[in-house]
Amino acid sequence: MGAYFSEIFYGLQSLVIGLGITFKEFFKPVVTVSYPFETIKMSDRYRGHIELVEDEEGNAKCISCGMCQRACPSGSISLASKSVEYEVEVKGEMKTKKKKVLVKYDLNFTTCSLCGQCVESCSVGAIEFSKEYNLASFNKEDFHFDLLNRLKERNS
Amino acid sequence: MDLTIFNAIIAVVIAIAFAAANAAYLVLAERRGAGRIQRRPGPNVNLFGILQPPCDGIKLMTKQLVIPGGADKALFMVAPVLAMAPAIMSFVTIPFSDTIVAHSMDVGVLMIFAFASFGGMAILLAGWGSRNKYGVMASVRAVSQNISYEVPMLITVITIVMMTGSLNLHELASAQSGGFWNWNIFPVSLKDGFMLQPLMPVSFLIFFICSLAETNRAPFDLGEAESELVAGFHTEYGSMGFGLFFMGEYANIVIGASLITILFLGGWGCPFGLFPGVWWFLLKIYLLIFSFIWIRWTFPRTTIYGLLNLSWKILIPISLFNLLLTAGLLKVF
Repeated sequence: MGAYFSEIFYGLQSLVIGLGITFKEFFKPVVTVSYPFETIKMSDRYRGHIELVEDEEGNAKCISCGMCQRACPSGSISLASKSVEYEVEVKGEMKTKKKKVLVKYDLNFTTCSLCGQCVESCSVGAIEFSKEYNLASFNKEDFHFDLLNRLKERNS
Repeated sequence: MDLTIFNAIIAVVIAIAFAAANAAYLVLAERRGAGRIQRRPGPNVNLFGILQPPCDGIKLMTKQLVIPGGADKALFMVAPVLAMAPAIMSFVTIPFSDTIVAHSMDVGVLMIFAFASFGGMAILLAGWGSRNKYGVMASVRAVSQNISYEVPMLITVITIVMMTGSLNLHELASAQSGGFWNWNIFPVSLKDGFMLQPLMPVSFLIFFICSLAETNRAPFDLGEAESELVAGFHTEYGSMGFGLFFMGEYANIVIGASLITILFLGGWGCPFGLFPGVWWFLLKIYLLIFSFIWIRWTFPRTTIYGLLNLSWKILIPISLFNLLLTAGLLKVF
């Protein structure tokens, strides 16, 4: 008989403790956001698709060495460059020098596995991970990114 | 009050409107409450999701009503109506305040419980008529549950009726007027002389648990245990058939909360005897409904054995003892 009443008592007690926990949770602030209208800040280590880094003048920092293109295991990166001549003052006299300038940097995101070897292989730190994650489309072409164009759009 | 045809129609229209509006917006309240307890906002587009219930209604009404092959058509169609109609009927005799009542009946309590037992039958017909093994199993469960919980519920009501000496809901509520110390939930009553019944809070608890079980809500929703029985008795229902079951459940919640308020919490009376009126009644029923929602999102579903044991081994013996004690005490005082 004693066990019967103690079971009822402890049963009720545990139920009240449970109710107390949910009551406290009821008044705590919510931890989720209404996603399409609000977004949370992505963490620093988040690895989205790659993006070109700009230098002080707003141009791509890339020196068109092609290391990333070679490092990519999926062949997702294709870049092209052209040589331009420019003049620089060395010991009081003007000299003509050549350098490569990036004209095209395409990322085929459909095959990219986000391994990050391109970012690791870059010797001048010209590419970084973006924080972009709202990537959904019915069209395959939407995932062929022209990164040079994106850089221009970011600056304009 | 004179019950002419005109008055009756108005009363029924108001009862249906009240039941439907409550059913629609309690779904929203339930979802908001569930969200808050789980620390997410819940439906919140357009001012706390105020447009969610009409959208749900339109969605349900525009869907096709599928009758499964081999189902008993008549029973299949009549079951959802039978789930909703008794809930609306019960509103007719519930007194919202001293003056607001559609039709005050001398056997109001009896009528409400008679209609409440229709709920079990609606579930039985739904499961049986849809010719679905999950539906039938769910019906068997729900009916055994409804029968088990009607017994302690009615014994508790008999206790209250013995103390008040009336089956009229209006008289039951006005017998507790004057202040919270006169309410039936508390052991001592000073109205019409001193009266002591030390087990009244236990009675209240029993009645509260039974109303939860009678509405087939979590943690007692064995009739629609999704993890075992797909969707239970309404597995085969879509469209507004499902909608009616859903609305019936919420209308039954309002009925249950109203009954608890009238039988134990003094109906429309203010706790301190000030300004009695319909607002106190509504405040009490919505607080009770909040506690129903709160309980639903706190406890997991019980097992069918645990459920039946709770009723037959704990609630019925205690409520029977309570009935005997009340009878003895009525002789003493």
